[in-house]
Amino acid sequence: MSDDIHALSGAYAVDALDDIERAQFERHLAGCETCREEVASLQEASALLAETTMTPPGADLRDRVLAQIATVRPLPPVVPPVAPVGTHAPDGPGTGGTPAPATATAPTSASGTRRLRTLLVAAAAVVAVGVGGTVVAQQPWSDDDTSQAPRLSAVERIQQAADVQTFRHRFPDGAEAVLYRSASLNEAVVVTHDMGPAPEGKVFQTWLQHDDTMVSAGLMPEGPDNVVPLRGDPATADGFGITVEPAGGSVIPSQDPLLVVEFTDA
Amino acid sequence: MEHLRPVATGVPDEGTPVAPDLADLLRSAGRGDQQAFAQLYDATCSRVVGLAVRVVRDPAQAEEVAQEAFLEIWRTASRYDPDRGSPLSWLMTITHRKAVDRVRSAEASTRRDQGYHHQNQPVPHDATAEAAHASLEAHRVRHALQSLTAVQREALELAYFGGYTHTEVASLLDLPVGTAKTRIRDGLIRLRDTMGVGS
Repeated sequence: MSDDIHALSGAYAVDALDDIERAQFERHLAGCETCREEVASLQEASALLAETTMTPPGADLRDRVLAQIATVRPLPPVVPPVAPVGTHAPDGPGTGGTPAPATATAPTSASGTRRLRTLLVAAAAVVAVGVGGTVVAQQPWSDDDTSQAPRLSAVERIQQAADVQTFRHRFPDGAEAVLYRSASLNEAVVVTHDMGPAPEGKVFQTWLQHDDTMVSAGLMPEGPDNVVPLRGDPATADGFGITVEPAGGSVIPSQDPLLVVEFTDA
Repeated sequence: MEHLRPVATGVPDEGTPVAPDLADLLRSAGRGDQQAFAQLYDATCSRVVGLAVRVVRDPAQAEEVAQEAFLEIWRTASRYDPDRGSPLSWLMTITHRKAVDRVRSAEASTRRDQGYHHQNQPVPHDATAEAAHASLEAHRVRHALQSLTAVQREALELAYFGGYTHTEVASLLDLPVGTAKTRIRDGLIRLRDTMGVGS
């Protein structure tokens, strides 16, 4: 198995892994300096292939790109945490090139994926899904403003996106989880209120569904009120779920979900 | 493209094209410098769009993918780590991932029905400075690709330009599962060593 994992470096460097293999390999990468270096060098090589396919863009792409970025705040650099303060989770890692070390560490359950998929579809009908309009005014974001622009948190940024979708779920005990998703930003965040603690030795884990595959979107911190940015690609995901997993999380959902949401196209 | 501005930093060696220092531009972009990002766009847009078109095929969708990629590059510029690789590698990795995500999510609803066309698309000829520089590099890359075995090249191109997973590549080429990933890796290693990148 270990040999197999190493041999995936080339396929990983050219995005030729399926979601599960990628999650497994990224877990491996987090602890394997040799593979990290090899992947980086193979990505240098694969990027050269793009030299052979250059195509000038249409004339208006430049304007569209520059107009769009003017409305989006760059993410802060990744810095070592100073001290855990409050309940705000840090921004999730980018979805781009550098592999994000996966945090899930528990063993996998091969049967979990299909089961959750089935449950997800079945349960989508009963989950209270409200696609709400945003209550926040259009973001006033001017280029020439030399004063300090407001520093938007991840959740504010998503809530203020033009295409934000809101999925609100109230649990029987009064706890609430609200998912905000923006396809254009490729970001989603879960905000919880009054959530009871996970059972002893367990954690809440978030998932994004891509086709038939559930991909971990990260573990939820302890505490009743949390803001949890989802890792991965919410824009292309078909759904979202929360499960209870053994401490450290799982690669594949091992239990039935507490909450599932099926994304509808914006 | 009249907005392509070479940056006058560093003395270009003989044969080295004058190009903006992409790492500097990324660093500035990470601090919110939109002008630096515009320069970064000008220096890389043909590569980004070209790769997106090659993978996605449909030009309109490819431009959407390119726009998504540039947005991602803008948002995450501060997280580019020069110790982990070159700026261009980082940019193309993001672009490729976006393109692959696009074709795979499109296929979730409609499996690709047309067969794989194994043709080498000619590089569109144009006169931009970026393309002129790149045509030299493209020539080197094509030459280096000749050092791969035919089966390595085939597997690598299906994975990188076709956007297929290694198991799909194995199926397309009637290979045992596990063989395609080896060919992809071996081909990349040979390309890397021939081009002398990735230290």
